[in-house]
Amino acid sequence: MSTAKHEHSPADPACLEVFEKLSEFLDGELSPQDCDHIQEHIRDCEPCVAFVESLKTSIRASHELRPHESVHELPEAVREELEAAWQAALQRQAG
Amino acid sequence: MNPEVEWAKRLLEGDAAAFTPFVESFQSKIFQYTWMMCGQREDAEEVAQDTLLKVFESFDQLREPEHVKAWVFRIARNYCLMKRRRSVFAPERELSLDELMPGLMPDNDSRGSAASARVPDRRELPEQGLLRRELNRELEIAMQELPANYRSVVLLRDVEGLSTAEVAEVLELSADVVKQRLHRGRLALRKRLSGYLTPAGKVSA
Repeated sequence: MSTAKHEHSPADPACLEVFEKLSEFLDGELSPQDCDHIQEHIRDCEPCVAFVESLKTSIRASHELRPHESVHELPEAVREELEAAWQAALQRQAG
Repeated sequence: MNPEVEWAKRLLEGDAAAFTPFVESFQSKIFQYTWMMCGQREDAEEVAQDTLLKVFESFDQLREPEHVKAWVFRIARNYCLMKRRRSVFAPERELSLDELMPGLMPDNDSRGSAASARVPDRRELPEQGLLRRELNRELEIAMQELPANYRSVVLLRDVEGLSTAEVAEVLELSADVVKQRLHRGRLALRKRLSGYLTPAGKVSA
């Protein structure tokens, strides 16, 4: 892959390769060689840097997502049913 | 040690003191997943309760407490599927990489979606307060608009923090399919929320 400075374009194979592998890159799931390729490319491509930053921010927002709806407290009868099911499972395990 | 793993181990040993923290932690996690997958509060609470009951009924079958979270979500996923079979639900569809590529269309153009008009042009990520809640709400809507086959992967991987291998196990998919759906799902969310996601460090105009 060329790492020379270039005009960013979706049709550019170098940009496309970065685009397709960004999640694996950010998750640390790429080989060191592929990582180096992407890092070299990003260094020369400002639109790609901006894109990576916005993707990272979006992923971080997902990490911190909590629903605005909170779950209702379990009725006492349901808690008792859950506890009875757990006790029964323990007895099967012991038996 | 992850507290959920510790609670699971203690429950397997019969320690009743671990029961309440385990239930409270998982009830809210399962509800978040089922609510995002079912889209209806009543359905989500019913599925979450069914899941918890199944978890405890089969607790003696938990062989690897280190993977208790993946085990619980596999049960939740199965109950969600059963609920979907009984109800009208958005069909699964494929997201094409082309529609998510930058540069082919403006980021804020979601092709006539009313939602795009609600996304303001922010210059910094809102860190807290009203803007952050607004972003969270938009993210929830964006998640629920993702096709279900992508939504479940993004929820388990990015919201719940399961590994790629664990998500693959929960959803009965190959690791490669999980990675592909995760990437496309993330790209779709980024595109949908792009008005909020101008990189930090850029000076506002």
